[in-house]
Amino acid sequence: MRNSFASELTALAAKDERIFLLYGDIGNRLFDDYKALFPERLMNCGVAEANMVSMAAGMALCELRPVTYTIASFMTTRCLEQIRIDVCYQNLPVIIVGVGAGLSYALDGGTHHSCEDIAYMRILPNMTVVCPGDAWEVRLALKAALKQKGPVYIRLGKRGEPIVHQRAPDFIIGKGIIVHKGNDVCLLSTGNILPVVIKASEKLDKDGISAQVVSFHTVKPMDEVLLSEVFSKFTLVVTVEEHSVLGGFGSSVAEWLSDQPSQKAHLLRLGTADKFLYEAGEQNYARQHFGLTSESIATETLKRFGKFE
Amino acid sequence: MKSAHPINIAELSSISRRIRGKLVEMSHRAGTPHLGSSLSCVEILVAVYWGTLKIDAAKPLDPERDRFILSKGHAATTLYVVLAYQGFFPAEILESYARPGSCLSEHPNLGCAPGVEVSTGSLGHGLSMGLGMALAGRVRGLSYRVFVTISDGECNEGSVWEAAMLAPAQKLDNIVVIIDYNKWQATGRSNEVMALIPLREKWEAFGWSTYEVDGHDLNALIKVLRNIPDNTGKPVVIVAHTVKGKGISFMEDDNNWHYRIPTPEEVTKAKLELGLL
Repeated sequence: MRNSFASELTALAAKDERIFLLYGDIGNRLFDDYKALFPERLMNCGVAEANMVSMAAGMALCELRPVTYTIASFMTTRCLEQIRIDVCYQNLPVIIVGVGAGLSYALDGGTHHSCEDIAYMRILPNMTVVCPGDAWEVRLALKAALKQKGPVYIRLGKRGEPIVHQRAPDFIIGKGIIVHKGNDVCLLSTGNILPVVIKASEKLDKDGISAQVVSFHTVKPMDEVLLSEVFSKFTLVVTVEEHSVLGGFGSSVAEWLSDQPSQKAHLLRLGTADKFLYEAGEQNYARQHFGLTSESIATETLKRFGKFE
Repeated sequence: MKSAHPINIAELSSISRRIRGKLVEMSHRAGTPHLGSSLSCVEILVAVYWGTLKIDAAKPLDPERDRFILSKGHAATTLYVVLAYQGFFPAEILESYARPGSCLSEHPNLGCAPGVEVSTGSLGHGLSMGLGMALAGRVRGLSYRVFVTISDGECNEGSVWEAAMLAPAQKLDNIVVIIDYNKWQATGRSNEVMALIPLREKWEAFGWSTYEVDGHDLNALIKVLRNIPDNTGKPVVIVAHTVKGKGISFMEDDNNWHYRIPTPEEVTKAKLELGLL
C-alpha cells in the first residue's frame, strides 16, 4: 500500500503545486521519484513528529496542502496533541498518513504496532478517518482527501497486500463499497484486513453461509445509510479491523447501533484483544495470535450466526 | 515599507503605558489571570508591530504579510490590545473579552479577531507552526517573515527544541523567535525548574543567529528586529530579558501575579503609576 501511496502522491503533486510532503525520517527509497521531480516540496522532518505536525498546520495556514507520513503508531500518538490542537481544533486541510496499520510491523515488536490509532483519531472533532482496503482504495482515498477542506487521517497497511478491486472502484469518502454480495451475514471490513475478510467469506461460502463483504473504508464519517440497510437485511453483521476491539471501527458501529430502534441484526466485533503482544513473529503469526486469520474470522462468524439462525 | 519608517520612541513608550493600563483593567474586569505574563511582553509586541511588521490592518489576510505568532498564548490580552490599537478591530470589542459567548477568550483562537494568526494556549506549538509558515513562504516564493514570541517556561517543552534543531538545518532565515525571558514560570523560577542557563548559548549551539537585549528597551528591540534577515543565513532568536509584571511597581518580579487578579484599588494604583489617571 505504501508504494501506491507514494506513486499516487507523486502523480497528484504534478498537478497540484500546493502539495508538500513531510516525513519523519522513514521511507528509504520510497519517495525517490517524488524527490527527483519535486525536491522543493518534500522535507525530512527527522524523528520529531510533534514539530512535523505543527509545521504542517503552519503550511496549511499558508495555502499549501501538507501531507505528513510516518509509522502509524508514531504518527498518531507521539504528536496527538499537535493533531488535536494545531490540525483539528484549527480545522486545517492537513492529510495525516500512518503506514503500518495494525500488526503490519509485527516483526518490529509492540512499540511499532498500531492497534489504537483509529480510536485516537476518530474521537477528534473535525477529523475524517479513512482506512483503505487495497492499493486502489489508497490512491482514491488520497485523491479524495485532497478535496476535503478539513483534516483527514489515512491508515495504510505496509506492503504486499493483495489487490481486491478489479478496477478503480467508485470511491467516495463516507460511503462503503460492497465488494462481494451475499444474503446471510454481512462482513464489514475496514482497512488492510480486507483480503483476509474476503478469504473468510469464501470459507463461509463453502460452509453454506452466504457472506456479503463490504470495504467500509471510512470510519468517520460513517456510512449510516449502508449501516441501516445491512442491519435491517441481515441477522448478523460482523465488523473486522486490524485494531483493538476497543474504540475503533467496531466500537463506532456499536455506538451507532445503540442509538437505533431495535435492529434485525446482531453485531459481532472482531479485532485485536485489549492486550499487547510481546512475542516475536511476523504479521501472520501476530494475526493468528489475535484471531484475525480467515479461519478464525469464519469460525467466529459461524459460531455467532449459529446462535441466531 | 514600515521598516524604513522613523520611529518615535516617546510615542511608543506612551503606547506601551496605555497598553499596560488596558491589561490591568481587563484582568480585573474579566477576572482572568496571567497579568504578570501579559505585562512582560508589552515592549516585544510594540517593537514588532510598530517597529517592523509588514502588515496592513485593512488587509489582514494578505498572503504576503509578515506573521506574528504569540506562542505564549496565555498573554492573549496583550495581543488583543495591540491588534485593537493597530486598527485590526474596534477597541470596543475588547470590552467583550472573556464574557460568555465572546470570541476573545483567555487564549487566542485562530480568526477570533482579525490579525490572530493561530490558536495557541498549549505551549510549544507556536514556533513549529511558525516554521511551517516560513517554509511555505519559501516554497511559494514569498518574502514574508514570521515572528514568534515564546516564553522561557515554554522552553521546557521538547517540541521547541525539535523546531530549534530543524530551522537551522533548513537554513531558514525568515523566522525570528523572541524569548520573553522574564525568569519565572507558573510555579517557580524558570532557571530552577529546568537548567535554562545559559539560554542564548543553547540557541547558538543549535545553529541560530542569537541576540540578547533588554526586553523593555524599545530601541534595542527595534534595532535588531529591523535587521532581519540578518545575512547570516540562519534563523534568528532574540533573548529578551524582561521582568514579569513589568511597568507596575507592586507587580514586578512577583510571581503571585501569574494568577492574581487586581482589585479595583490596585487597578487605580497601577493606572496612577502609568500616568493614565
